[in-house]
Amino acid sequence: MLTEEEKHEIEEEFKLYPYKSAAAIEALKVVQKHRRWVSDESIKDIAQLLGITPDELDSVATFYNLIYRKPVGRNVIHICNSVSCWVMGYESVLKHLIDHLGITYGQTSSDGRFTLLPVQCLGTCDHAPALMINGDLYRDLTPDIINSILEKYQ
Amino acid sequence: MDDKPLTKYIRTDQVPMDIKEYEHSGGYEALRKILKTMQPKDVMDAVKDSGLRGRGGAGFPTGMKWSFVPMGDNAPHPKYLVANGDEMEPGTFKDRLLLESAPHQLIEGMIISAYAIQADIAYVFIRGEYTLAAKIIQASLAEAYQAGYLGKNILGSGFSLEMYVHTSIGRYMCGEETGLLNALEGKRANPRAKPPFPQSSGLFGKPTIVNNIETLSNIPHIMNNGGEWFKKLSLTGEGGTKLYGASGKVKKPGLWELPLGVTLRELLEEHAGGMKDGFKLKGLLPGGASTDFLTEEHLDVNMDFTNVGKAGSRLGTGTIIVMDDKTCPVGFVHNLEAFFAQESCGWCTPCREGLPWVQRILNAIEEGNGEMRDLDILSYHTKYLGPGNTFCALAPGAMEPLQSGLKYFREDFERHIKEKRCPWRS
Repeated sequence: MLTEEEKHEIEEEFKLYPYKSAAAIEALKVVQKHRRWVSDESIKDIAQLLGITPDELDSVATFYNLIYRKPVGRNVIHICNSVSCWVMGYESVLKHLIDHLGITYGQTSSDGRFTLLPVQCLGTCDHAPALMINGDLYRDLTPDIINSILEKYQ
Repeated sequence: MDDKPLTKYIRTDQVPMDIKEYEHSGGYEALRKILKTMQPKDVMDAVKDSGLRGRGGAGFPTGMKWSFVPMGDNAPHPKYLVANGDEMEPGTFKDRLLLESAPHQLIEGMIISAYAIQADIAYVFIRGEYTLAAKIIQASLAEAYQAGYLGKNILGSGFSLEMYVHTSIGRYMCGEETGLLNALEGKRANPRAKPPFPQSSGLFGKPTIVNNIETLSNIPHIMNNGGEWFKKLSLTGEGGTKLYGASGKVKKPGLWELPLGVTLRELLEEHAGGMKDGFKLKGLLPGGASTDFLTEEHLDVNMDFTNVGKAGSRLGTGTIIVMDDKTCPVGFVHNLEAFFAQESCGWCTPCREGLPWVQRILNAIEEGNGEMRDLDILSYHTKYLGPGNTFCALAPGAMEPLQSGLKYFREDFERHIKEKRCPWRS
């Protein structure tokens, strides 16, 4: 069940589009904002509100990289694996994260604190390597500064 | 006259000007002027005369693009203008600066452009990862509404425009014009068949113009100073400045506004400071991941649309990715193709099936499991996934660094296969 608040926020989005289903992406974002991910149940609930089938909505939800169809941790790390970060050695940063957190891509640490995901070029290539945690950007990374960054996210 | 118009309003600390400061520096004067003194057609003609070409990668003449929009009393409405801020081309980081540090320049450019095509609704389409940019544009839009530059009857001109921010949720295909329109309609960002072109049937089936952030940010300056001035800004006559950038193992990676047509040598050696000590230039991509490699022999090429084209590549986004001699070319190309394979939307078969195949072959070669005939298979792909064989430009773009990589670094590919290992990894 969507909460009243979620419903209200999604319905606000309807005003910006000529028909409801055009707000599909906004609706997915609203639910993810409140629940951190989008469950099968939420897909059904949102689809009903938009007047489309759950499969139709799921085809949209699974298409995009930033909608999570599985539960994620309290903090999501997106590490850039595109070419400039690769040239500048993001792999050593990744290795540090994997060793330190004990998780690899797509996994969540057992305490539920972090989920680790790759992301395409973050558009800050003159400061590679880069990563993003919950939308906050960190640049010019080296393995030795990672732990102090992670400390900010509990 | 300003020789660096795009960064004129960017403070050294890169904190964006608020609307008062922007107005105080001459901002929104172009908008005031055109609403008072120019017809939509005059604006369109001025942009045509300037020679401005799209800064998103394809380089299509902006004025000509606009001229395909149906005009007059019988034109369908609402018409739409979309600013493409889905900057996701690997190695590209120029629109981020304009979004984060010169928001009102973009908004003013969009209002003027919307006036030229008589659009009713405009969207700033921003990739989801650009969280700061979205916040800044959102706040600046509120200021612009407050000041009467947006909404009904702008500055008493009778022209009305609503402008919204759409933040995306991550997919390279959203940068492709028609993929972006599908994303805005709440669908998968698959490309659409053309024709009909978006100018006649775009967003929600209505006439739509999609322009890049940097393209639109040029518009106020062209209105203020004229097309002749704009043309003279460039070194080779193609018009304007360009935000050029460099990443990789150079001394000073960064972003600079320079006259369009600056040489690759000046860009690399002067502005980027040359290669880092201990590294030599092996090759570079001149304008993002989907452009052909250039090498040392091309350093005197002028970085404009025509000359980079003549050298066998594309200006693309103008942000160069430098590959040094201690970086493995096969690994470099493998990284690029892995990106394209992942970002293929799966809509058409050659791209969906071909790119993962290419990726797996490159991986095999990199791991020391390649065979000589793999190089032929890679070459076939550069033809079969090339222009004309796929639905959109993603796969042809993906083939550019592959075909030129095979051409310039063939020995390195062969060495991997002969030695059954990556020579760059000990």
